[in-house]
Amino acid sequence: MERGAVLRRLTWQLAEVAEVIPETARVRSLALRVSAWPGHSPGQHLDVRLTAEDGYQAQRSYSIASAPEDAHVAITVEKIDDGEVSPYLVDELRTGDRLEIRGPIGGYFTWTASDGGPLLLVAGGSGVVPLMAMLRHRAAAGYAGPTTLLYSSRTFEDIIYRAELDRLAAADPSLRVVHTLTRGQPPGWTGYRRRFDRDMLAEVAPPAGTHALAFVCGPTRMVESAAEILTGLDYPAQRIKTERFGPTGG
Amino acid sequence: MDPLDMRLDGNAAAGMLMDIFGQDMTGALTTCATCHAENPVGRLLVYAHGMGTVIRCSNCGNVQMKVALIRGGYGVDLRGVRTLRIWRAS
Amino acid sequence: MSTGFISRGFTGRRRAAGREASRLPPGQYLDRGFPVLSAGPTPKVDLDTWDFRVDGHVARPQRWTWSQFLALPRETPRVDIHCVTKWSKLDTTWEGVALETLLEAADPVGGYLIAHCDGGYTTNLSLEDVSDGKAWVVFGYEGEPLPPEHGGPARLLVPHLYFWKSAKWVRRLEITDEDEPGFWESAGYHMRGDPWKEERYSGD
Repeated sequence: MERGAVLRRLTWQLAEVAEVIPETARVRSLALRVSAWPGHSPGQHLDVRLTAEDGYQAQRSYSIASAPEDAHVAITVEKIDDGEVSPYLVDELRTGDRLEIRGPIGGYFTWTASDGGPLLLVAGGSGVVPLMAMLRHRAAAGYAGPTTLLYSSRTFEDIIYRAELDRLAAADPSLRVVHTLTRGQPPGWTGYRRRFDRDMLAEVAPPAGTHALAFVCGPTRMVESAAEILTGLDYPAQRIKTERFGPTGG
Repeated sequence: MDPLDMRLDGNAAAGMLMDIFGQDMTGALTTCATCHAENPVGRLLVYAHGMGTVIRCSNCGNVQMKVALIRGGYGVDLRGVRTLRIWRAS
Repeated sequence: MSTGFISRGFTGRRRAAGREASRLPPGQYLDRGFPVLSAGPTPKVDLDTWDFRVDGHVARPQRWTWSQFLALPRETPRVDIHCVTKWSKLDTTWEGVALETLLEAADPVGGYLIAHCDGGYTTNLSLEDVSDGKAWVVFGYEGEPLPPEHGGPARLLVPHLYFWKSAKWVRRLEITDEDEPGFWESAGYHMRGDPWKEERYSGD
């Protein structure tokens, strides 16, 4: 059952951009210094609010990419071409700038080491962000339960956190990272080269009998398709948690 | 853009619901007034835009919750929910 | 709620009105695109079984099939539209049937209507607000069939009121004696929604 919720009203607070980390051509992480941050669970998100000089405001939600053990609260933002907030966060914001945020938000789509596993993380494009918070926490907590990340990106260059994922997997035999590249593959690529389907998930996912917990995040269509496939592979509904990001993403 | 692509889930309504109820609601359980399916709010389907947020049953598609974004606050219609089970905040 | 903080270098996506400013109701800004706001999935409609009804408190309940509807006299209004979420779009062109044509055939007794739509959406209007060239049921937009995400095959078009009154996927006008709040009106939006009086929320 869900753990008891903490009674806490959300208030906006000012965060300072401590570091800007380019991830891919269209994706950037922002490490934020938040003075009154209460801590968070991997999988939660925060809201960002931008205010123009004439008072116009725009607000969006971004998954927290950092582990609760990390020094700063990080978000990872993908620039949407005709977006209103993401181009500002990816192209304009600089170290030292301040950003209004509120959070952490959410509780259903979270995993901490005490929740156990085995763990199946399924990511489409920027859907990898909350799952990365889970993996970073998992490493910090020294969790050794079998864990698989199945991660779909358009091309090799679009893989967010690629080097860090390579490092985590190389250092930890209980973690497996499986990539699929759907639009283009580098020469010599021996991995998957298509969108998620039943065959791929049947090959990669821990069998339902292991009582694995699945977290699926990314564009709506991909999430719904993957969740349906997992249901077809006999994962019970309570063991599949989904977070839809809407139309965008890989 | 097809609204299907823009469909989200209860996680997207988490901040708004926390504003209204004072705690995270994505783990709260609803029983649908139409089909009686029980689901955590995090699993329900969400259609959100500038006028408000509509939360639909993931089983039958009927509206469970409607939250209008009105000046100064929210207009909340929960007629589509038969029962809402919330855990006591710690 | 506002904290007074300004985000350095943020201007947002709004387009300055310039010469068109006088055509914008208070609080509105121009939008380049045509945002899609939906309260649910796009209904899948079979034109072979689609019909349009005007019933309720009328002398002569009416029903048209799709081909019958297309045979009605049609108009091509060119109008400005204003969404309560503050975007406006000028000089939009549509094709459809004037509401007078549909209402005259039914001979309404009541003074109000509820528009019922595929997917369950409803909105309420006074007959006064949809008479005299003020409203249509449209099936064409910008010279093409109305796309499903924008309400196709047919939607209401009531441009002098906020655009939530221009109900998508409309199927039936139920004439009533009282003004009964629809989907958004019952949640706190204004019963009438005149953008020139900024009637956004109940109590405005």
